[in-house]
Parts: sequence; structure tokens; C-alpha cells
Amino acid sequence: MKRTLTAFSVLLVGASAASAADVIAPADVPYGEYGEVAVSLSGQPGDMEKGKVLMNRGAGNCIACHQVTALEDLPFHGDIGPSLDGVADRWEEADLRGLVANAKNYFPDTMMPGFYKYTGFIRVGDAYTGKAGIDPAEPLLTAQDIEDVVAFLMTLKDG
Amino acid sequence: MTTTKAFKLVSGIALTAALGMSPALAGPGPDEDQLVINEDIEIVTEAAAPAHMEYVDTIYSGWRFREDDTQVMQMDDFDNPAMIYVDKAIDAWNTVEGAEEKSCASCHGDPESLRGLRAELPKWNADKGEVYTAEMYVNDCRTERMGAEAWGWNGQDMRNMTALISSVSRGLPVNVAIDGPAQETWEKGKEIYYTRFGQLELSCANCHEDNYGNMIRADHLSQGQINGFPTYRLKDANIVSMHNRFRGCIRDTRAETFSVGSPEFVALELYVASRGNGLSVEGPSVRN
Ligand code: HEC
Ligand code: HEC
Ligand code: HEC
Repeated sequence: MKRTLTAFSVLLVGASAASAADVIAPADVPYGEYGEVAVSLSGQPGDMEKGKVLMNRGAGNCIACHQVTALEDLPFHGDIGPSLDGVADRWEEADLRGLVANAKNYFPDTMMPGFYKYTGFIRVGDAYTGKAGIDPAEPLLTAQDIEDVVAFLMTLKDG
Repeated sequence: MTTTKAFKLVSGIALTAALGMSPALAGPGPDEDQLVINEDIEIVTEAAAPAHMEYVDTIYSGWRFREDDTQVMQMDDFDNPAMIYVDKAIDAWNTVEGAEEKSCASCHGDPESLRGLRAELPKWNADKGEVYTAEMYVNDCRTERMGAEAWGWNGQDMRNMTALISSVSRGLPVNVAIDGPAQETWEKGKEIYYTRFGQLELSCANCHEDNYGNMIRADHLSQGQINGFPTYRLKDANIVSMHNRFRGCIRDTRAETFSVGSPEFVALELYVASRGNGLSVEGPSVRN
């Protein structure tokens, strides 16, 4: 379902769609010293409206753990992680991309899943079936999904 | 980069201080309600953590994390939807079955004869040389003593019988042995408890030790105790076994789960049960 949706949205953007060649594969992400990622993972800018949807749904579901005032029309924000209000004041874009791709580079023991992490899991499953999956796994979010989420996070400024 | 990071930490501390809460327990936490069943059986839902627990001071029953309307259903057996399954188990208890033409009652008398057992389970079975759960004892009696067929671990008959076995011990303190011959199994269960499984890389401890009291999406996280099992889950409209709950929690981390009745889940059951030493046996309980 997820995959067809993504394919569909790529069709919609038509000419501006990222060609596969520009997409950085999960194994090739140029993480910096702290875990930051300076370049777009898809080779394209993010779409904050799509990012907003991912904050709430699908494999994103960020508000399961984070409170976000800009999304307060959506029910049930968790409080496992910090509120993301003003997150763009605290972090630069490259950091936000790195945090979403693999927050464990910044916080080794964090509960936050690595959304562009693809290997090194213990008993990885086939999505939510409880059955065995394959390693390397399909990352939780696509390169473009991450750009979209980062574009949304960049709108979260206090000032 | 370094400046933003320092800024983040400072603002995090400022936020915590401003709201006056400890970061470990930012959510609503357990409530203050007290559980007495049928105006008679007092249930200990909060106790000092057993000595073997390194990171938790106080243990709480999952009941303390549920909404009032769910809590109240467990306070009277007429309102507790799990009790019809206990009644069915009483019928089964008295029913002759198998080649030996015996019922449970033929040998055990009243179900109350098993009072106290639930509080000690799972426990070392010296004859069999392994840690035994309620399901394993029941099936041994069925196959070896009655000449009847084993029940499925997660089958309705078995869940009903475990509800009956639990109900006759309600109010007694959980007191599971973790030393002696059971220790090896207990260690194995502990290791599973702290392993971060699946693509989401989450351990039982991430949710039920580090974040009990907090909200994960719409769910108010408890300590994941099993003193209330089997639990009647409103969303399933039936009673669920411990291992089924374990399986669901592991599946939700996008992991390959262990099977119901597997040695891994028996070990996990022993470990998780021991984290409840001091709470009262409460099952069959009601949860959402
Ligand atoms: C399972 C819970 C969980 C989920 C799901 C989750 N996070 Fe996090 N996140 C955390 C935790 C916990 C932290 C704090 C880091 C730590 O562990 O110290 C964090 C930190 C962050 C930070 C740094 C915040 C700051 O103020 O410094 C950002 C940004 C962030 N998360 C974004 C996201 C986004 C975007 C998503 C969805 C794609 C997401 N998170 C999903 C738990 C989660
Ligand atoms: C033929 C007699 C017999 C029948 C019939 C029988 N049991 Fe048992 N059961 C025993 C004996 C003997 C033990 C071992 C008692 C001991 O070691 O103290 C036992 C042990 C148990 C135990 C473990 C008790 C403990 O304290 O460790 C449970 C639980 C149990 N039976 C349940 C059942 C159930 C439920 C049924 C019916 C489905 C049943 N039994 C039928 C004889 C019987
Ligand atoms: C992603 C978070 C998460 C993880 C990881 C997790 N659980 Fe849970 N668990 C929940 C939620 C949510 C509930 C329902 C609310 C509650 O009681 O906490 C729950 C409920 C339970 C319950 C029922 C408690 C009751 O009183 O009815 C048990 C038992 C349990 N979990 C055990 C475990 C075990 C054992 C593990 C590790 C194998 C585990 N959980 C891993 C989220 C989690």
C-alpha cells in the first residue's frame, strides 16, 4: 500500500520527479561527524505538505512519540520524545535530516527508530506481520519521504 | 553544529524545569485509585520493586494506568466480562474426559485446591527438569493422567482454565522464585526483556521500564506486568494469554516474534512475572 502511494505521488510531480540515479541508497548516505547529512537524499527538495501527512501516518508516525503544536488538530500526540516545537531553531537542516535518517548517530541509546537505517537489526520482521523479514530491510521511509519530513520540520520555528 | 547541539540541551533543561517535571516521568503516570474486588478482595497494585530490579523503585499493576470506566469493570465479578470464561472453566473442571474417565475434580476436588499456585508460576518442575507454566501443568494432567488430548496453549479452553486458576489466587502476593534451578531460565528471560528487537529496535524495557506513565500515541504505557493475566481485552472481547500479549508487543516493533508456548516466551514469562513479585494476583483482569 505504502509503495503504491509513493509511486503514485512520484507520477503526480511528473517532470520534477527524482530520477533513481539521484537517490542516495541507505548504504551510501554521507553521514558527517555528528550524523548530519548535508545533501538531499533524493536529490530533490522536500514537500512540507507531504511531510506533514507522514508525521501522522504510515511508517512516519512521529507524533506517536512527539508533541507538535502545529499538528494539534490531530489526536493523540505521545510524550516519549521531546516536543518538536521550535526544532528548526535548535537544529540545522543537515542535522534534522541526519536525525530522521538515523537518530542513533546523535543519541546512541535513543528510542527513536532509524528511518533510513536498513541493516543491523535483531530478528527483523516482515513489516507488522510478526513473521521473519529480510535483512537488509527496506527502510521505514523513502529518501523522498525523509526530505518531505525534513521540509516540514524546517517550518517548526518558535520566532 | 556544536552550537545547535548545546542549545538543544540547554533548551531541553529549561523546558523540563519550567514544567516542573522529571524527564523520566513526563506523562500522566499511574493514578491513585485503589482496587478492591467484590468489596472483599484487596488487591495490592503498588509495591516496592523486588531487589533484583535495578532501574525501578516502585512496581504498579497495569490496572493503575487504565481509565476509570475500564477499572470499575474489574471491581465486581458481575461486571467483569472475564468471569463468564471462569464459569466455563468450572464446567470443564467437572467434566469427565479421556480414556481414564476422569475430570479435574476427580483428583483435585474444588478448583480452590489450586489456591496459591498462580502466585508462584512459572516455577521449576523437578520431575520434568524445566520451568513450568500453568498451561504445561494442565496439559500434563490431560495427557498423562486423564488420557485426554492436550489443549492448544492459546486455545479458548486453555485460556478459560488459566483464568480459573488465577481467580482462586486473587489477592495473594506474586512470589515467583528466580534462584536455584530456575535461575538459568530467568536469566534468559531477562536478556530477552532488554533486547531491542525488530526494525524499530525496541525492547520491552524501552516502553515498560523507561516510559511507563507516558503516552505512546493513544496508549498510556504501563509497566507491562502480568499479575492480571489472563486479561479480558475490550478490543478483543475475549480473554488473552500472556504469550499472546508478548507476541503482539514484539510484532509491533516490526520484528519476527517468538511463538506462543516457546521456550523463549516461557523464560520471558518467568522474568516478567518476577518483576511483579509483591503485587497481588489480579487475573482475570480487564484492560482496553
Ligand atoms: C518511538 C518513539 C519515537 C518516534 C516514533 C520518533 N521519535 Fe523522534 N525522538 C524520540 C526521542 C526519545 C528523542 C530524544 C532523543 C533522545 O533519545 O535523547 C527524539 C528526538 C527527535 C528529534 C530531536 C529533537 C530535539 O528537540 O532535539 C527530532 C527532530 C525528531 N526526534 C524527529 C522525529 C521525526 C521527524 C519522527 C518521525 C519520522 C520521529 N522523531 C519519530 C523518539 C521518537
Ligand atoms: C488422575 C488425577 C488427576 C487428574 C484427572 C487431573 N490432575 Fe492435575 N494433578 C494431579 C497430580 C497427581 C498432580 C501433581 C500434584 C503435585 O505434584 O503436587 C497434578 C498437578 C496439577 C497442577 C499443578 C499443581 C501444582 O501445585 O503444581 C495443575 C495446575 C493441575 N494439576 C491442573 C489440572 C487440571 C486443570 C485438570 C483437568 C483438566 C487436572 N489437573 C486433572 C492429578 C490429576
Ligand atoms: C513500543 C512500545 C512497546 C514495547 C516495545 C513493548 N510493549 Fe508491551 N505494551 C505496549 C502498550 C502500548 C501496551 C498497552 C498499554 C499498557 O498496558 O502498557 C502494552 C501492554 C503490555 C502488557 C499488558 C499489561 C497489562 O497490565 O495488561 C504486557 C504484559 C506487555 N505489554 C509486555 C511486554 C513485553 C514482555 C515486551 C517485550 C517483549 C513488551 N511488552 C514490549 C507497548 C509496548
